[in-house]
Amino acid sequence: MGLLNKKDSKLVLDPLADNNPITIQVLGICSALAITAELRPSVVMAISVMFVLGIGNVVISLLRNIIPSKIRIIVQLIVVAALVIIVDQVLKAFAYELSKTLSVFVGLIITNCIIMGRFEAFALGNSPWRSFLDGIGNALGYGIILIIVGFFRELLGSGTLLGFPVLGDPIAKTGLYATGYENNGFMIIPPAALIVVGIIIWVQRSRNPALIEEN
Amino acid sequence: MALDTQKNVYTILFAAGMVLVVGSMLAFVSSALKPTIKENERFEKQQNILYAMGVNQNSDEGSVSFIPTSEVEQTFFQHIKKQLVVEGDQVTESPEAYLIDMKKEIAASKKGLAPKLPVFIGEKDGKAYYILPMYGKGLWDAIWGYIALDEQLTVQGVYFDHKGETPGLGANIKARYFMDDFSGESILAGNRLAGIQVAKGNNDPLNRDKEDNQVDALAGATITGNGITAMIAETMYLYRDYLQTIRAK
Repeated sequence: MGLLNKKDSKLVLDPLADNNPITIQVLGICSALAITAELRPSVVMAISVMFVLGIGNVVISLLRNIIPSKIRIIVQLIVVAALVIIVDQVLKAFAYELSKTLSVFVGLIITNCIIMGRFEAFALGNSPWRSFLDGIGNALGYGIILIIVGFFRELLGSGTLLGFPVLGDPIAKTGLYATGYENNGFMIIPPAALIVVGIIIWVQRSRNPALIEEN
Repeated sequence: MALDTQKNVYTILFAAGMVLVVGSMLAFVSSALKPTIKENERFEKQQNILYAMGVNQNSDEGSVSFIPTSEVEQTFFQHIKKQLVVEGDQVTESPEAYLIDMKKEIAASKKGLAPKLPVFIGEKDGKAYYILPMYGKGLWDAIWGYIALDEQLTVQGVYFDHKGETPGLGANIKARYFMDDFSGESILAGNRLAGIQVAKGNNDPLNRDKEDNQVDALAGATITGNGITAMIAETMYLYRDYLQTIRAK
C-alpha cells in the first residue's frame, strides 16, 4: 500500500484474517448471532460499526493522556453511547428509510464488545492516526465475518440475497425448489450463526496451524 | 505532564466536565435535527395510510414501494377526503387526525377513558375506503399498522410495521407476501366482528379461502402473528360502534 507504511497497513490487514475480532479474539459474537439472519442488516451493521469504531478510537486516543484511569471504562462507554446516539439521530433525519431497517441494531452497537475492547486495548496507548487505522481494520474484520455469515444464513434459510429471490419461488416450486429442495428454517434462528461462525473458525485454523493454541 | 490524573478531585472534575460537554452536544444535535425527524415521521404516517388503501408504487417484484416523500403530502390530501375523530358517540372532523398517537389512545381506553379514535376516509377511482389505525405488541416490542376496509367491511389492504421484531422471522409482517394475504378477507363472520386470525396450519398457504377470517402464519413467528391477531381484534373492539355505522350505510 502506497498510502500506508508497512506497520500501519498491518494494523488494517491483521484483523481481517489472523487477528480477526470474531473468529480469533471471539469478541462481538452477540451481534454476529443476532443480526445475521439476513444479508442487508449485516452489511449496514458492518458500516455503522466501522463509523463508530473509527471515530471512537480517535476520540479516545486524543483524550488518552487526560482520562483518569479510575473511570476510563465509564469514559469509553460515554464516548460510544454519544457517538451511537448521534449516528441514530443523523440517520433518522437524513436517511429515514435506512434508520428503520436498522431499528434496534444501532443501539446494539453500544454493547458491542469489539468497540470497548479496541478502546481499552489499543486507543488508550496509541496515536490518533494509528488508532483510526486499528478501528477501521477491526471493523472490517468484524464486517467480513458478519457478511459471510449473513450470506449463508439468508441464502440457505430464506433462499434470497438482500431480499431478492435467487433460488426460485418456494411456494410456486420454481427454480431449485422444483427439484425438491427446501429452505432450511434452522438457518434463520440464532444457533445457526454459531455453527456458521464455528465452521469459519475451523476452516481458518486448519489453513493456518499457527492460530491453534497449545494447551 | 504536570497533570496528575490520579487525584480524586481531577477525576470528579473530569467526569463533571465530560457530562457537560457530551450532554450539551447531544442536546444540540437532538434539537437541531428534531424538526427534520418530526417531518420524516409525518411523511411516513401519510405513506403508510396511503399504502393501506392501495395508493403506492408497488410493482410485481414483491417489495413494498411507497409514494415518494416529495409527493406524499399532496397525494395524501388528494386521496384522503375526510379525517374523522370518533370519541364515544361523537364524530368530528379534524385535518390533523392522522397525527393522533394510537399508543396513548389505547392506553386511555384501558384506563376506562374515552379514546379519540381517528378514521380516515379515502377515495380512489370513485370507491370509498375506511382506514383505521392499529397498535399492539409483537414478540419484542410494539407493532402497528393500518387496515383499509370497504363498505362491506372487506379488507382492501393493510400495512404493518414493527419496532424490533426478529429479522427474517417476525419482521416479515411488513413483507408483501404476508400483507397481501389480508386483501379480500372479510372481518365479519356472519354478523359478528370476528377480525382476522393469523393461523398456523390452516391448510391454505395460498390464501384461496377469503371467507375463513384467517391468513396463513409466518414460519417461526408465532408470537408476532398472535400479536397481529390480537391487534386486529382490539381495533375491531375499539371501533365496533363506528363500524356498525359504515355497514348501515
